[in-house]
Formats: sequence, C-alpha cells, structure tokens
Amino acid sequence: MTKLIEQPRHFCALAGQQTVAAIERAIPIVHAGPGCGHKLHCGMAMFNGFQGSGYAGGSAIVSTNTGEREIVFGGEGWLREAIEGALKVMDGDLFVVLTGCTADLVGDDAAQVVSEFRARGLAVAHAETGGFKGNGYFGHERVLEALLEQLVEPCARTIPGLVNVWSTVPYQDTFWAGNLAAVRALLASLGLEANVLFGPGSGGLAAWREIPAAQFNLVLSSWVGLAAAESLKARFGTPLLHWPSLPIGGAETSRFLRAVGAFAGVAEPVIAASIRRHEAAFYYYFERAADFFMEFRWDLPGRFGMVADSFYAAGIARFLTNEFGLLPGHQVLTDDPPEEHRERIGRSFADIAPGISADVTFASDGGLIRSTLKSLAEPPSLLLGTSWDREIAGELGAAHLSIALPVTDRLVLNAAYLGYDGGLRLIEDVYASILSSVQ
Amino acid sequence: MPDKRDPAGVLVRERRLGSITGYDGTALDLVARSQDGRLADRSRSFSQCGTCSSLCATLQLSLLQDAVVINHAPLGCAGDFPMFNLYNRYGLSRRGMNVSNARLISTNLDESDVIFGATAKLLETIGEAFRRYRPSAIFVTASCASGIIGEDLDGALREAEAEFGIPVAAVHCEGFRSQVWASGFDAAYHAILEKIVKPPKIKRPELINVITFIGDDYFAKLFEPLGLKSNLIVPYLSVEKLERLSEAGATAQMCSTLGTYFAAGLERRFGVPEVKSPPPYGLAGTDAFLRELGRIVGKEREVASFIEAERAAIAGELEALRAEFAGVKAFVAAGPAHGHGFMSVLQDLGMTLVGSCTFHHDPRLDNGNGAGDSLSHVVRTHGNVRLGVCNKQSFELVNLIRRLEPDVLIMRHPSVVVWGAKLGIPTFFIDDENFSVGYRGLVRYGRKIRDWFRNPSLERTLARHTRLPYTAWWLQQSPFAFLKEERP
Repeated sequence: MTKLIEQPRHFCALAGQQTVAAIERAIPIVHAGPGCGHKLHCGMAMFNGFQGSGYAGGSAIVSTNTGEREIVFGGEGWLREAIEGALKVMDGDLFVVLTGCTADLVGDDAAQVVSEFRARGLAVAHAETGGFKGNGYFGHERVLEALLEQLVEPCARTIPGLVNVWSTVPYQDTFWAGNLAAVRALLASLGLEANVLFGPGSGGLAAWREIPAAQFNLVLSSWVGLAAAESLKARFGTPLLHWPSLPIGGAETSRFLRAVGAFAGVAEPVIAASIRRHEAAFYYYFERAADFFMEFRWDLPGRFGMVADSFYAAGIARFLTNEFGLLPGHQVLTDDPPEEHRERIGRSFADIAPGISADVTFASDGGLIRSTLKSLAEPPSLLLGTSWDREIAGELGAAHLSIALPVTDRLVLNAAYLGYDGGLRLIEDVYASILSSVQ
Repeated sequence: MPDKRDPAGVLVRERRLGSITGYDGTALDLVARSQDGRLADRSRSFSQCGTCSSLCATLQLSLLQDAVVINHAPLGCAGDFPMFNLYNRYGLSRRGMNVSNARLISTNLDESDVIFGATAKLLETIGEAFRRYRPSAIFVTASCASGIIGEDLDGALREAEAEFGIPVAAVHCEGFRSQVWASGFDAAYHAILEKIVKPPKIKRPELINVITFIGDDYFAKLFEPLGLKSNLIVPYLSVEKLERLSEAGATAQMCSTLGTYFAAGLERRFGVPEVKSPPPYGLAGTDAFLRELGRIVGKEREVASFIEAERAAIAGELEALRAEFAGVKAFVAAGPAHGHGFMSVLQDLGMTLVGSCTFHHDPRLDNGNGAGDSLSHVVRTHGNVRLGVCNKQSFELVNLIRRLEPDVLIMRHPSVVVWGAKLGIPTFFIDDENFSVGYRGLVRYGRKIRDWFRNPSLERTLARHTRLPYTAWWLQQSPFAFLKEERP
C-alpha cells in the first residue's frame, strides 16, 4: 500500500497527457473528470518552470469532462462522440486517448472504442492511465507502450546512424526540451541522428513510425524508458545501450560520447575530434572562472544535498563530485523507481568518485524528505531540489536551486543541464542563486 | 437556498441554482430566461478540459495559514498544489507576512485503496498531518475516486475530530458531480460555515467581510472614508479569524459567483447582512453597492456625499480615457459575475462591447434576491450584447473571437488567455480581481489597459509564429455548433 504524499514531486498516471502534448502535432484526449486535464497542466507544465500550453495542451486538451451520467450509465458512447469531434475540430496527426479514474473505475472499455477508430485507418491510440493505477512515470511508460504497440509497424529497412532516444520524461523534467536538444547535438557531433521523439523539431508521428528503422535504442535514464527499449529489442531486434545517468559536465559527457560512439561503430578519430572540440570549449570557461571558483566559494565546498529524480541526481552528483571538488551529501531520490531497479540505483551512488560515496533515500513525501534532511549530522550547504525545498534549505542555512518539479521560482525556456554546456549552465545557476542571496 | 442540503453537504449549482454551462444568445435573452424559468442547459457533443470543484474548493482553503488540507485522492488531483504554494508564498510576501509553504497533503490513493477502501489510510493521514503541523483545523477534500468508491468521509472525520480535538471538515467537491467548478467554492464555504464560524461574542459593525480571491486589498481605500474596515476572506487568514466572521457589520463580495453561498450563509446562520447589490465595478455598480452598504451600516448620508466627491474626482481622467477608447471594440471572457462587472467597466471607459462569454451562468443567487443580479444590471445600464456561456471551451472562444474581430480582449482565468493572444489580438489578463473596484479602480484599470494595449507586439509575434490547433473546417463552423439541444 502506498503512503500519503505531501508536497508532491510527480503526479498520477494521467500525467501521461503531457507525454502526448510533447509530441509534435499530437492531440491528447482525456476521458476523465472535468478538472483532470487542467490540474495536470498546472502541475506538470504551468507551475513547473512555467512551460505553458504549447500547441494542443492546456485548455485545448480534449476532455470528456465526465459527469454523474457517465458514472452511472458508462461513458463509452460519449467517448466515441468526443473522439469523432476531436478528429473534426483538432488539427493533429496523432490522437491519444488517456483514461482517468472515472473511466477506469466504472469500467469503460476505452480500448474497444479506440480500436474502432484504428480499424478505420486513423492514428488513434489508447493508454489506460487511471490516476490510482500509478504515478506520472508509470503513466509516461503506459503512453510509450501504447504508441509502440498500437501505432508502430515493422519497418523493412534500417537507417544506419539513426538512434532512438529514451531519456528524461517530458514536462516532468522541467528542462526536458533543452536536454533533448543537447542529446541531439551531442549525437550529431558523432555523425549520428537522434530520434528524440519529443519536443521541437522531433518530427511527430512520422518520427514514431521510424522507430523500428533505428540502428539502436539509447536509454539515457536510470530506469524510465528501459521497458520500451527492451520491448523494441524483443520485437524488432534493435540493439539497446543503457546509460543510467544524465551525462553532465566535461568528464561524464566525454565518457558518454566514447561509449555511444563505440557502440554505434563510429570511427575513433571522429569520436576523439568531437570530444577534443567540446572539451576545449568547456574547459576554456572552467579555466576563466577559476579565480572566482577559488576565491568565492562562500559556503562551498560543504556537502551538496539533492532532492530530485534518480537520473538527475546521479548525473549532477557525478559532475559536482568528480570535476567541481564538492562533496556529495545525502541524496533524496523522488521518482519512486520500481523495486527491481532500486539496488542498482543505490549502488551507483556508492562509487561516485574513488573513495567518495553518498547515502541515498528513496522518498516522495515532503514530510519524510524534510525529516531526513533535518536529521543529517552533516547538513548540506547547497540543496538542489524543487521549489517546495526552498523552505527547508532556508531552515538549514543552505543555498538552494530549483532543478526539479515543481519549479515556481524560475522561468525555464531552453535551458539544459545535460552535456558540456549543461554543466556550465548548472554552475552558473548555482552561483546565480548564491550570489543573489548574499547581496 | 443555503439550508437546502443533500446529506453530503451543499447541492451543486446545477441543482441548487439551476446553473448552466452551455448557451448561445444575448444578455437580454439570458436575463429573461433566468427570470421566467425557461433556462435550460445545453451539453456538448465535443469538449475540452474545464476545471473542477476540487480545484476551486482547495483554492479557498489552501491559503489558510494554520490549517491543513488533505486531498483524499490519487496523486494527480494534487496537480494544483504547486500553484497554491506559489499563491501562498507570493501572497504572504506581498502582505509582508512570514513566507512559508502551503500545507497540502494527498492520501495518494492507489489500486488497492480503491478496491478495499481507504478510510484507514485517511485516518492515518489525518494523524500524520496533526503530528507534522498541529493545525487549528483540517479540511479533507473529496475526489472523483473517493466519491465513486463510496468513502464515508463524514463518519471517518467525526472519529478524527474526537481524537484530535480540532475541527476536521469534509469538503464534498468530487469533480464529476458538477460541470460548474464554482460548486467547489460552495463546498469549501459550507465546510467553513458548518465547522469553523462561531456565533459572535462581540459585534464589530465597522468591519466588512469581503469574499475574494487572492488580490490586493483595494477595498480598504473604498471603505476608509466611510469609517469602515475591509476584512478580505478567506485566503491568508488564520482559523481564529474565520471563527469570528460573524462579528462583522456586513458581508460584501467581489463577485457573487464566488461568494453567493457564503454570503447568504453568513446572513442566514449568523445574522451578518449580505450587501445585496451588483458588484462594485463601473460607475453604476459602485453607486448601487455603496448605497446598499450605506443602508446596512446606517451611513446613507456619508455614502451620498462620498459618491458625489469620488465621481467628481475621477471625472477629468475618465473623460480623457473615454476619448482614447472611443470606437475600440472589446470582448470579455470571464466567470459570470466578474465578467458582468468587466462588461460595465469597459463600457464605462468608452469601449464598445462586441461580445462576451462567461464560464457558466447562475440564473439566481442563494439569497433569493434579484438586487444582486449582475447581468440584468449590465443590461439595464448599458444595453444588450451578444453573450455565450461555455465552461472554458477554448475551441468555441477562438472561433467566436475570430468572427467578432474585437480590437481588445479582456480575459480572466489561467490557460485561456493564451488563445486570445495567439489570434494576434491585444489580450489583457485580469490578474488581480480587486484592481478595478470602485471609482478609482475604473480609471486605474483604464490606465493599465491603455498601457497594455499600446504595444501589442507580443500578441502580434505570437500570431505570426504559432499555429492554432484547430482545423480550417472548425473555424468555418458556428462557434457553438457542438451545443446539443436543450435538455430540462
């Protein structure tokens, strides 16, 4: 049985609506109560870096706004009508029906209704995302599964150099769009084409249909997206490379490029040239700011604490520890990973750097997070977390930067923490927070 | 009527007030139908997401400073928590109070909870909330899931009240029960009336409750010359201050859509007179509001001379603004009573109203008195206008606005404003609902709108570089083509 959650850092399975909204020209159709679409827009998009509605999110999300009549008599007829309406009214290439608590509790057979539309040759998919079935990460994976199973057909050819990317969760990761753009640029520097599937320029339905043609699948996260890539391996025989933390900063990103390049069969000189060029730029700024780093460390190095999902936490911790001379304090991982991944994730913090490890707590409840941080013998002097954590950071006397949902104290456009530039950006943002708080 | 309750609390607006969310016609016709009982709702055969009662109920309760709100729901219903936290921190900071997080907890219902019931989990959560915060009161908001599985909130909460010795109130705001999200305000206020407000020990006749959202206290200056003090309720108050609402000399509201049930309840249960008048927006509305307030507190003479002085004080600037706005075509989309207030404000400022859309319509108010009918007030003062009712259906709004080609749009409610802007039309978001209150508010608002509209480059940029998510077919249909025939 799950426990109460105060100060949520992720929401319910229906949050998958934002996964759909992140696909170009895809239209989410929410078969749920009247407030679900808007509440999840608030939590995932608006009050999380102020990401906004985009093309067909926010109040454009199609919704059956389930009422008492549908609870009592069932909502399948109304769903059918709503999909018909959406096909006429909404200018989209792909329509995805997501069921909420109401539909899943009264037992509407949305899969059957949707399959009737697919039988007419229309690109309509269905994901069962009743809020009580799981959290937002679960909902994201249900949407991936639905699209792959229902809309992606085998493809006769393989496109050499095409790489499907399964990485951070759109909207849930406040910086997803910038991060995916960074992955694309990194892969491009090796001569590979990233099929990032979400965000600007990602190609919408056509890109999803191209998935089976990829040379391999790159899972760039601790666990999310792994199941999707494994299903593609089973179905189409597409190889899979799993890189469990976000590559951030110079050393980690170079390590990542070497691994991806080797896996993809990229010629060694091409890999070396890319790394050389990136590192030259990255360490130029590192060198130039060295006076500042040495003279103005304020309360750093102390320990940095983290309240973030496991893929961010691992990537940031490796960068700050291995290249920036900070010591990792307690790491609170908020993404509630499935049991089978926890030991491996915990282990990845045990050897962040030679002789340096970090303790890890898996917690999603704000009360538990606060008591964990308050009980530390060595409290952090820098806390990377969410906007909820401004308060506890203040109580602990720690500097604070919002890097994870919900983010209400900064606007996020194309900022990214992934890659070489992402590392620089992270340092800029940490010190922007510190410098503005001491003046 | 406030006392007409179903066992689970207050009836939703459709049943209590005959409220509707689908209509296409004119203000005059809507007033007539509201009065003669011919008004019937029209549902849709296609719709986009609205908002639900749960969000509106939580908005009012989550900003109480020493209470905790527990949402008895799966975790997605807490999607609005970060928004309330921002409102809380921002509002406290603006008021010079200690900034802290809103106290919001989800019971995080999962599959086994909805199968086996979650009353024990709710009680555990209440216990944990009590241990974490020692709150003065706990509000438990219901959800679609808790409603469908038949959780007995009231029974469970009686047990918790006995254990912890504080009010623990059920808020019946299940989303599926109403398409009128304002029903959630009523559910929250019902809990406050039932569990928190106490009979007065003393009376403070100079204190005027003002039911409002999170805007600044522009009422203070309106009341001060009359020797009255504003008491903005409910956000940012303590439970102890809520207990004493019954001491006030009267209850006013920035918008009867928000406060109809609360104001009527405070009068009926605790004898605090409700100011039954159109809302204090625009010249005639402010006149009527102040006269009624003056009558209640016995200050008719002071009010009369105040009205005269204030009207004279703004006359010059109002005339200048009217000259600037002459011939400007405006469109308003907002919640009903507040939208009606803005229909007055814009027309008082000299604009021509080419159309309007309100997010629902209440044909009557809880006090059963027609004096507060904000729509008939606008029609009487300024004449008829095209009016639609849609619960935030942006496909209808976009279609309608494109047809009417207004020069400016005035919109309330997050997440619809952007669609006006994408049409390239200067679009003003009504952020602080109290900003335009009274005579000074009229010119204050005029200045603000004038400056906003002076440089519409943001909207033009958006229109040039974005696409609407609607088909060409839809944009050629009648805006309300998906409204079904009336059903009684």
